[in-house]
Amino acid sequence: MAIIRDVMPAFELFQPGSIDDAVGLLSQYRSDAWILAGGLDSFDWLKDRIKRPKVLVDLSQIKELSGVRDWNGGLEIGAMTTLTNVVRHPAVLEKFKILSEAAEVAASPQIRNQGTIGGNVSQDTRCWYYRSGFDCYCASGNACYADTPTAINREHAILGADRCVAVSPSDSAPAMVALDAKMVIRSARGERIVDAENFFIGPAYDITRMMTVQPGELLTAIRIPATWANTGFYFEKVRDRPVWDFPLVNIACAKVVTGGKIDRIRIAVNGVAAHPWRLSQVEEFVTGKPANEETADMAGKMAIEGAVPLRYNGFKVPLMRNLVKRAIRGTDTKEAV
Amino acid sequence: MNFIQWAMSPWGQRVPVHIAWDLLWVAMIAGVLFLIVHSLYVGYWAKPETEPSVETDSKLAAAAARLPEHIARHSFGARAFHWIMAGSMLVLLFTAFLPKVGVKFAWVKIHWIAGIVLIVSVLYHIFHASFVLDFWSIWPNKEDIDDAVLRVRRAMGEPADRPRKFGKYPLENKLYHLAVLCAGLSAILTGIFMMSRVRTPFFTRNPYLFGDATWGYMYVLHGLAGVGFVALIITHIYFAIRPEKLFITKSMIFGWMTRQKYLEHYDPERWPVGEDASKPAPARRPEVVT
Repeated sequence: MAIIRDVMPAFELFQPGSIDDAVGLLSQYRSDAWILAGGLDSFDWLKDRIKRPKVLVDLSQIKELSGVRDWNGGLEIGAMTTLTNVVRHPAVLEKFKILSEAAEVAASPQIRNQGTIGGNVSQDTRCWYYRSGFDCYCASGNACYADTPTAINREHAILGADRCVAVSPSDSAPAMVALDAKMVIRSARGERIVDAENFFIGPAYDITRMMTVQPGELLTAIRIPATWANTGFYFEKVRDRPVWDFPLVNIACAKVVTGGKIDRIRIAVNGVAAHPWRLSQVEEFVTGKPANEETADMAGKMAIEGAVPLRYNGFKVPLMRNLVKRAIRGTDTKEAV
Repeated sequence: MNFIQWAMSPWGQRVPVHIAWDLLWVAMIAGVLFLIVHSLYVGYWAKPETEPSVETDSKLAAAAARLPEHIARHSFGARAFHWIMAGSMLVLLFTAFLPKVGVKFAWVKIHWIAGIVLIVSVLYHIFHASFVLDFWSIWPNKEDIDDAVLRVRRAMGEPADRPRKFGKYPLENKLYHLAVLCAGLSAILTGIFMMSRVRTPFFTRNPYLFGDATWGYMYVLHGLAGVGFVALIITHIYFAIRPEKLFITKSMIFGWMTRQKYLEHYDPERWPVGEDASKPAPARRPEVVT
């Protein structure tokens, strides 16, 4: 079980100065290595002594991993760019305001000053059974303690559960999916680009990881194509404490509406599944239809098809339905509490 | 290397969670080593028995005159069971172990559906074998052991009587069936309970059916049966494609073997076919060991 301690277990610390050096280290130590970005998730794990890596690869000295750059009319955001910089960057605000809004509601200002966009999308689930050190499926065990008749599972999954019911806690992740972002992953074998939609994986695919990044690989940048620049955006996050909390459910939507009809749209909901849940069927249904109450109502109902609530998270079903309705109806981003 | 992966239960007890996945490689290496050693033995050391043939043996020639050209060996039902079971078994093994070696995909649903197919086919087989086929023909008996002893002694160059030809199923075949039966029942029984841990239309999910340790040992048994099957299937496929065994494999496809193969490899008294099948089996002939 988790025992909060002040002293982390011993590990060997590396602070590479370049991506190549970092990738070399990760390739050498593979699953023995732990990647340290902003450290906000990492230090919890380490101080709780639940994760005991032999090697820590601190990315803070790699300047090429930070910054927002133009990329074919879109943007390339270095994985070590802080959330605050993403929130405030003029190019992000100008082209992809939804990303700024999503990053701005993540955690607290202090955390956003230190936390990185790469860390935010890559953070592990907040399931407290897993975080408490239970040897559950996520920890290579054979049980999910959150999906039992007496479990406290208010924050857990209603969709896509497969033995494990943990959810992704990221606020920026659904925005990445809505913007059709491309995740740039480097390893000793070279570079691979993965769509954000496929970057996040569920327990059916791999029950011990939430991302497609393998040991030895490093997320170096996120590329956002110009496809959805300056379109209509909607982002909303519902959480227990408005000042600082993980999402119960959040939604990100990018859409183009012409003459009152939806030309094209991408919607992703997070906090309901192990990965941002893209609503492809809803997108297909609403395309070509007017962005009105009737379409929104039908879209909301479609979105929750197949939802299986646990004992304490049934509220997420109407919550998700209503968020989808609001995303279809309007483009004004707001935050509900 | 640990054989079992252990974890801590929420109550601080050390409980098993599953086998160490390295055992998969052990099973694969064991299976491959077996076939290498066997093929070397057959190719370089084994002294083949010269069996009397239809052309040289008047008794066999007389028997051949009474037999049809094609000797029925496996009914359509038996063949259908074999291939459905084989298909489901391969799906089960691939879905179980490919993710463990790095090929990631959503495997659980495919796995339990294949498991259901296997269970239904095995239930059919139990009924079919018990009430339609000759139930005892696949179980090892004393004659098989006696003949096996003679074969081993002759193979080692010791003086021994020529053993009788096989009945419908050779001893190796019977022992393989026994091993598959043990591994299969272990996998099926544990698998049925394990299905209560995932969401299926058949059970209300109930992870509290057993305690953590019991579940753990169940997972271990399921895993051992799985890696056992890896070795068993490697050897099975190996024998199925060996040139001298191909006629048996073909009989599992077409349902029959030639009269010549039947008379060369099988004892009509122990596996009577045609008109002889309705006659009572004769007593074991007295043995003289010189």
